[in-house]
Amino acid sequence: MTTGYVPILILAAMAGAFAVLSLAASALLRPKHPLPAKSAPYECGIEPIRLPQSERFPVKFYVVAMLFIIFDIETIFLFPWAVAFRSLGLFGLVEMIVFIGLVFVAYVYVWQKGGLEWEKPEQARRELSARFVPLPPSVERSPGDRITREPAAVESGAG
Amino acid sequence: MLSVLGQVSGGPAVAHGKLLFRPIGPELILVGVALAVMLLDAGYPERHHATLALLSLAGLAAAAAYSLSLWSWTGPTTVLGGMVAADRFTVFFRLVILGVAALAVLLSYQYLERADEVRGEYYPLLLFATAGMTLITAAADLIVVFLALEVLSLSLYLLTGFSFRRLASAEASMKYFLLGAFSSAFFLYGIALAYGATGTTNLAGIAHGLTGQVGPLSLALAASGLLAVGFGFKVAAVPFHMWAPDAYQGAPTCVTAFMSAGTKVAAFAAFLRVFDVAFSPLIWDWKPFVWILAALTMVVGSVLAIAQSDVKRMLAYSSVAHAGFILVGVTAASHAGIQAAMFYLAVYPAMILGAFGVVMVVSGRGERGLTLSSYAGLARRSPLVAAVLALLLLSLAGIPPTAGFIAKVAVFTAAIQSGHWPLALVGVLASVVAAFFYLRVIVLMYMQEPVIAGGQREAETGFDAEPGAVGSLGFVAIAVPALLTLIFGVFPGILFGVLKSASIIRF
Repeated sequence: MTTGYVPILILAAMAGAFAVLSLAASALLRPKHPLPAKSAPYECGIEPIRLPQSERFPVKFYVVAMLFIIFDIETIFLFPWAVAFRSLGLFGLVEMIVFIGLVFVAYVYVWQKGGLEWEKPEQARRELSARFVPLPPSVERSPGDRITREPAAVESGAG
Repeated sequence: MLSVLGQVSGGPAVAHGKLLFRPIGPELILVGVALAVMLLDAGYPERHHATLALLSLAGLAAAAAYSLSLWSWTGPTTVLGGMVAADRFTVFFRLVILGVAALAVLLSYQYLERADEVRGEYYPLLLFATAGMTLITAAADLIVVFLALEVLSLSLYLLTGFSFRRLASAEASMKYFLLGAFSSAFFLYGIALAYGATGTTNLAGIAHGLTGQVGPLSLALAASGLLAVGFGFKVAAVPFHMWAPDAYQGAPTCVTAFMSAGTKVAAFAAFLRVFDVAFSPLIWDWKPFVWILAALTMVVGSVLAIAQSDVKRMLAYSSVAHAGFILVGVTAASHAGIQAAMFYLAVYPAMILGAFGVVMVVSGRGERGLTLSSYAGLARRSPLVAAVLALLLLSLAGIPPTAGFIAKVAVFTAAIQSGHWPLALVGVLASVVAAFFYLRVIVLMYMQEPVIAGGQREAETGFDAEPGAVGSLGFVAIAVPALLTLIFGVFPGILFGVLKSASIIRF
């Protein structure tokens, strides 16, 4: 009975060995010319910022991610259903309508509760004007800079 | 999708024209009403608490009426491709759970009003949890058991943390969620191994596959062990009880009342069906395991409850101990054992829900007055509430003429008939220990003066002596369980008559 698992064990060993070997080989063979820019973490061309230390992460992203997953799953269900549509027939159609109906109820609920609004408009403007001032146009901007900055940062930059 | 699963799990292939949805009618009603309540709350966000509660009650009543009509179901024993059983066993448990949910709605209405936590999500979550609980009693396939278990657990995680501004509630929710997710993984692993051992997740198929099995049974044994661990977590059996005191203490008291009663009934219904039916061919292998689980749960639950100074924690440990007493009935694994466990599961929810209900009524806004000392002299301040609590505590302790006594006698008798007299002995000793902390509260209520700490008593307990403060709804929710424990204690024949046909598990 256990002999059936031997290929899996061999595969697992090979996978582990491949990972270790390729890392070790590149560490030994690659040329070493370290620069600060090279050792910085790469983040799709965006200036790397350490999120938890420099600023807080808005909890609203969590709601968006959750909603995304719900509709993502809906799509995942729709694809195989569409492929097998003919063989499932009317029964499959009704079942899918029920499923989409349930997701739609969730959508209406979230919409009504304000889950789709990033934040209330007037509150957003107030917060923005309190926290940020536009950069003076004379300040030269580098690619990583944003259009607005924290007031303290602007003042210290000017002084 | 149902048809595909039906074929995979070895059940009969579904003919699309003949899908019988009637046996899951109660669940469909509950989910439909829950969605309606959810949309109503989203569409009309102004205060309309009474409407939501009434609609939920109506839904529960409709589901109960529909369940009753299934009592005389004459169709096939399993429907939807062998996924759902249609027997009187599920009708019985459905009615118990729906009753628990209805009383929980009454308690919740008062609690939410007083705590100023009226948010419309509460009732849909309660109804979803109820739907999961009732579905699990009807599950004839491990996949459906798991599905129902998740539906009820996910709703309860949220309900536990419903007062998220109170730190204890959020913490309880987090702990419950983490340990619950952990136990789900055990359960799922058990299902996978059961499938590996027998090639099906269908309960009837598993029983059939194990009966003819010769040779090593290691996979099936591992499966039954993992499933027992999963169920052990849900019913809070020692050593899988760690989450229970924290979750019960932190949750809003109305939620504690609901989940301590409902979850246990639902999980034990599935426990009985899975172990006394599907794994009955392995009975001599899983019996010692459940035997030890029962003995440990009774002793540890009873002993730890003595050390508690918080009423909710004390009742939580007492509910752990009661899981042990019910496990005694499961261990007997005879018809008498199932019947005794079912009797216990009908009266236990009434006792614990009533007791937590009294705790809710007595504690003030923001969950104050939960220490044992705040019960001192309760009889003088509110004689009626004290009498109700005394009756419920006597029943929990198992003192005649209450239903708790009959229930304990029934499970111990079943255990002795199956030759487990040492377990019955352990049970009797544990209930003697348990009687101490129940009687201590009664003594506090009747024989001690109220503690007055610098004239702050009213503010501390948040409870004033006027009977009107209890609230009529809250009083109904604690009086009905108290009456039931008395009725079933004096006339247990009513319930046993029903159980004669309800305790036959068909699959």
